[in-house]
Amino acid sequence: MASEEMEQLVRREYKQGFVTDIESDTVPPGLDESVIAFISQKKEEPQWMLEWRLEAYRRWLEMTPPSWAHLEYPPIDYQAISYYSAPKKPEDRPQSLDEVDPKLLETYEKLGIPLHERAALAGVAVDAVFDSVSVTTTFKEKLHEAGVIFCSISEAIREYPELVRQYLGTVVPQSDNYFAALNSAVFTDGSFVYVPEGVTCPMELSTYFRINAANTGQFERTLIVCDKKAQVSYLEGCTAPQRDENQLHAAVVELVALEDAYIKYSTVQNWYPGDEDGKGGIYNFVTKRGDCRGDRSRISWTQVETGSAITWKYPSCLLRGKESIGEFYSVAVTNGRQQADTGTKMIHIGENTRSTIVAKGIAAGRSDQAYRGLVKIGPRAKGARNYTQCDSLLIGDQCGAHTFPYQEIGNSSATVEHEATTSKIADDQLFYCRARGIDEEDAVSMIVNGFCKDVFQELPMEFAVEAEALLNVTLEGSVG
Amino acid sequence: MLEVKDLHVSVEDKAILKGLDLTVNAGEVHAIMGPNGAGKSTLSAVIAGKDGYEVTQGSIFFEGQDVLEMEIEERARAGMLLGFQYPIEIPGVKNIYLLKAALNAARAARGEGEVPAPEFMKLVREKSAEMKMDTSFLQRAVNEGFSGGEKKRNEILQMLVLQPKLAMLDEIDSGLDIDAMKVVAQGVNSLRSADRAILMVTHYQRLLNHIEPDRVHVLVDGRIVKSGDKDLALELEARGYDWVVEESAA
Repeated sequence: MASEEMEQLVRREYKQGFVTDIESDTVPPGLDESVIAFISQKKEEPQWMLEWRLEAYRRWLEMTPPSWAHLEYPPIDYQAISYYSAPKKPEDRPQSLDEVDPKLLETYEKLGIPLHERAALAGVAVDAVFDSVSVTTTFKEKLHEAGVIFCSISEAIREYPELVRQYLGTVVPQSDNYFAALNSAVFTDGSFVYVPEGVTCPMELSTYFRINAANTGQFERTLIVCDKKAQVSYLEGCTAPQRDENQLHAAVVELVALEDAYIKYSTVQNWYPGDEDGKGGIYNFVTKRGDCRGDRSRISWTQVETGSAITWKYPSCLLRGKESIGEFYSVAVTNGRQQADTGTKMIHIGENTRSTIVAKGIAAGRSDQAYRGLVKIGPRAKGARNYTQCDSLLIGDQCGAHTFPYQEIGNSSATVEHEATTSKIADDQLFYCRARGIDEEDAVSMIVNGFCKDVFQELPMEFAVEAEALLNVTLEGSVG
Repeated sequence: MLEVKDLHVSVEDKAILKGLDLTVNAGEVHAIMGPNGAGKSTLSAVIAGKDGYEVTQGSIFFEGQDVLEMEIEERARAGMLLGFQYPIEIPGVKNIYLLKAALNAARAARGEGEVPAPEFMKLVREKSAEMKMDTSFLQRAVNEGFSGGEKKRNEILQMLVLQPKLAMLDEIDSGLDIDAMKVVAQGVNSLRSADRAILMVTHYQRLLNHIEPDRVHVLVDGRIVKSGDKDLALELEARGYDWVVEESAA
């Protein structure tokens, strides 16, 4: 897009008054009940929502941050965070790509991100990304025809209060954990999806297509409900490294699958990991949980985690319905100084419930990562089955990988299998490939992609291709 | 083609090769034989560039290029290819993918473009048939779940596809039954040509019944102590290695 066109677009936005009265839209740093009331009011929420937030806040005040994770970071000053701020003024943002970290741009180049999208990802003031109104409109019409609701959580609270009220917080209660409680009190963004009974969502849903998704919130709240016999595939994130002024991200994702419903939730997470010393990187403390509430329902988490300075994340499944199925496929890659403590929980409550866990961890540089998995089989979960496979691959000798599998088996008819391996990226494998003329970087990416294959094949096609490219960029320069 | 002079190699400060000289010309097949622990496999590993082998003295030249100055992958692309005694498994990486990447790397080094897909498929089908390998092997992960014989055949398949100038075969006969050995030998024999050299490392003479060498060298304690033609191999088969060891000590 020519720069004049860009300027025109920007000016048009001004004309239409998209950016107005910013100062009054921002609260000073700090958190108390008045701030929460402010947020709720800005979002034009009903009274019950405000009360729900306040209740979460009061619980949060009594809680302490978790310390069990295998992570190291300085204490976070929650009073130094501003909990509601409108988008930055254009003049405060980089004015052109020339002002953006060249390394970041180089990465976009390598990932093949279209030029017009790079500016928005890098936070440049020229926000011409979502100018393809027609695409969005077609998309919305199609969903509308199918009866699928897909909108921001704030819009859902206003437009579909009964649905939201029925399901919000029923999977991740307000006081579930420290970060979830904080999120419940102050969330300002996120998605809402409702797929009605018997409907298979006609397309894969992605935050990327949602209007207003350009500014990803610090405290996102996502709620996806699949009614009986409904199906949906939801994609979250984006392979491009995203920068954000907010260091702490504490999202909550709740999935509800009723009888015979199937939710497939795929994530590619590539937040800014910080510079070589890990400075400026995002802390990503996420609570994701799916509730297989109905019989024969199925929830599948697939994630590729490559970004963030610190990741704390355990997408989980509550298998309550009889014969319900929970799946977790994960690739976590850490390089540089990144730290990740991630894994899953499979809670078997109903009879003949099944779960599969395939977790692949790749650590390079001076990074450190832990897999933490809980398989819990309740006393009534007769005939429950779990299969867990977690493999770690170390590249170089300054990184670490740790596995903490927990099992609580409450009845004797359950079958639980666990396999774990840790391997150093075998020098022998590398030598074998190089001795065939394949250069070292290509050999590493070949071996690593092979290692991740079981998980990549669970990703939707387009994401899978991007994930491979992403892996290669993340691990660039990690050997030799 | 290959010129090894006064080569001294240590592994973890222990001297393995102690002044090895070897000249291999295009068109020739050489067999390196010797008792266990003589350093036979070390030679091909050093030429291929494996880590952990320290060259303390001497030189290796390949077509006038200083091999010791080259990266592992450069050596392979220049035409020096090692067939492994114990080919490693690479889970999740398709055999055919590795073959294609290797072929394209060699082509790129020669300034050629990537191999067109139909041409490549034709080539690998043809070569797989020569090695009596079902094409389903191409879709399986590299060496994963392959039997010993299948792994060895796969090594030769790579050679047939990549067409190296110097094919180095490290104990390619180990762990093979007689039928598998015949297939492997057939593959190696089909590699023989006026502009290619083959360097085989083997403990047993039996392989040489199937692949007739032009030169046979006996490696004892890090040096080549005796060289001869194929009859030397037969003599070794009949008399063992002791007499050569004694002769060299004398």
